[in-house]
Amino acid sequence: MTVILQNLHGNHACAMGAIAAGCRFFAGYPITPSSEIAERMSRELPLVGGTFVQMEDEIASIAAVLGASAGGIKSMTATSGPGFSLKQENIGLAAAAEIPCVIANVMRGGPSTGTPTRPAQGDIMQARWGSHGDRPVIALAPASVKEVYDQTIRAFNLSERYRMPVVLLFDQVISHLLEPIELADMASLELVDRPWATGDSAGFEPYASTETGVPPMPRPGDGYRTHTTGLTHGEDGFPTQDPEVVTRATQRLLDKVENHRADIESYECHDTEDAEVLIVAYGISARAARAAVRRARGQGIAAGLFRPITIWPFPEEALKAAASKAKAILVPEMNAGQLVLEIERIVGHDLPVAGLNRIDGQAINPDEILQRIKELAAK
Amino acid sequence: MNEITPDKFEIRDYLRLDLMPHFMCPGCGHGIALRALLWAVHELGIDKDNLAIVSGIGCSGRVGAYIDANTYHVTHGRPLAFATGLKLARPDLKVIVITGDGDCLAIGGNHLIHACRRNLDITCLMLNNEVYGMTGGQVSPTTAETRLTTTTPAGNSEPAFDACKLAEAAGAGLVGREVTMQTPALRNLIKEGLAYEGFSFLEVMSDCTEIYGRKNDLGDSAEMVLAQKSDMRPEAYTNSAEQPFRPNRLVTGILARNDRPEYGDTYRRQAAALCGEGDDAA
Repeated sequence: MTVILQNLHGNHACAMGAIAAGCRFFAGYPITPSSEIAERMSRELPLVGGTFVQMEDEIASIAAVLGASAGGIKSMTATSGPGFSLKQENIGLAAAAEIPCVIANVMRGGPSTGTPTRPAQGDIMQARWGSHGDRPVIALAPASVKEVYDQTIRAFNLSERYRMPVVLLFDQVISHLLEPIELADMASLELVDRPWATGDSAGFEPYASTETGVPPMPRPGDGYRTHTTGLTHGEDGFPTQDPEVVTRATQRLLDKVENHRADIESYECHDTEDAEVLIVAYGISARAARAAVRRARGQGIAAGLFRPITIWPFPEEALKAAASKAKAILVPEMNAGQLVLEIERIVGHDLPVAGLNRIDGQAINPDEILQRIKELAAK
Repeated sequence: MNEITPDKFEIRDYLRLDLMPHFMCPGCGHGIALRALLWAVHELGIDKDNLAIVSGIGCSGRVGAYIDANTYHVTHGRPLAFATGLKLARPDLKVIVITGDGDCLAIGGNHLIHACRRNLDITCLMLNNEVYGMTGGQVSPTTAETRLTTTTPAGNSEPAFDACKLAEAAGAGLVGREVTMQTPALRNLIKEGLAYEGFSFLEVMSDCTEIYGRKNDLGDSAEMVLAQKSDMRPEAYTNSAEQPFRPNRLVTGILARNDRPEYGDTYRRQAAALCGEGDDAA
């Protein structure tokens, strides 16, 4: 096995992960703090027979990504808050028309132009609800450079397997953090391709349900000549307003995620077995939380950390299990309180849930978390 | 289905007949534009399996679904951006965008400018009916001044957009305009566009009889297309600054050519060069 150790910063790790995952098309628009993903892709893609294009705006970038993916090529874009806002409508199209794609959103301070060069975790709820209507959502929140690399590969695999957009959420700190990482051994890397339509094109229904709920995708040029639309469509791909068909079509989209939670959910538990104060933290905040938990344990406080890597769908059952001994939950995040709402929804009837929030463009430090752990443990 | 033979154009060979009847209004010019497009596709011998039609939102956006090809009905204003990704990823496909005056010039205007500038091998067919028809008849960028629409109760106070001038200025490889009344000429123009290796922008003067025509007492469909014909001013194109676009000036045929390298070819050539010297640079 060849192990290649490289010093990479988070944005470059994202690009290298995408290349390893088989991404061969990138369309983007310059935006801080994600631009290095586009820059790296512009250099890497030609070397592997792929295509990079800098589009005229954020909307064009995601639209071009959908076009390339509809053509059968694994595709991605990268952006940050303002661009993520602009891309929402087309993320909905990707969900509705079941076009796989990966969107890396490097979170910076908002609202609006906000603090472009400072970190934040303010797009958690936007990733879940940003595009109108009911749609399936997968969002992953890596906490290190190595994890950016690994989760980018996983984002492509999930996107292909379930034929839907997958969002990578990390923040400005991780995007510009330099860490040594081990690149994947390509020979042993598990790569997923979307299910492709094969066989007779006569009577082929592009959105017919299957055992997995994921219909095989017809590749243009293979003779299927199907219709792809953002209008709600029946199994034949053509628009419908038939209440029964509309219900079935929308429910199938949602079920793709709901019925495969075990495959999609991912998380880490640190010292949660007997934890009385449970921290739920993600991304860069989880690293501070881990340090705080270690120090708390050193001071005899039964603290633990539950770290969701899959933010959406949130790993509910795993959280409940991790919180089985908890007397209080603390959710540190670099926003005014977003994921804490989901935690309250899941365990709030049984447990007090507190937030620890920073909205000043500064990462949360271990001391702040330790202080709150002590307060909650003393109650 | 009939065997497609090169000598005889049968529109049925290119339509999804099970979707009929179509939902275009009586008198709408979009059906004629569709016929001219499919006629051109037939005469050029383009294989339906390798034909990709991308359209946006609006009346024009619904035309593509009737074509028996790989059809994509995407977000409002974004068909050119979607088509750019599709064509770059799949240069083997023949990619045609069917868009409208609102889709292409208002919400999607930025994409048109840059598609012209980029010169990727896509044919953009803009069906100009001078109004937002699907949403009930609101003013569009190509509505002539003084016209009544549901959002200009006192008459339109903005000048109409000359899309071909825009496309030419932005560097489109081939720019042309035709009216639906001259269907064989429209077919010929579309053939030129499809055969052109680069970005071709073709404006089709359609007519919205039911909504726009009715609101402005423009008569039935026949009267509306005859009015287009009488508006034609071939000599007016060179001094366009002096007169607004419609109703005073409507020039048809190939209006501009800007022959230069096709974007996809250029990108792939540069990528190959990068590979040759890039082994130790990564």
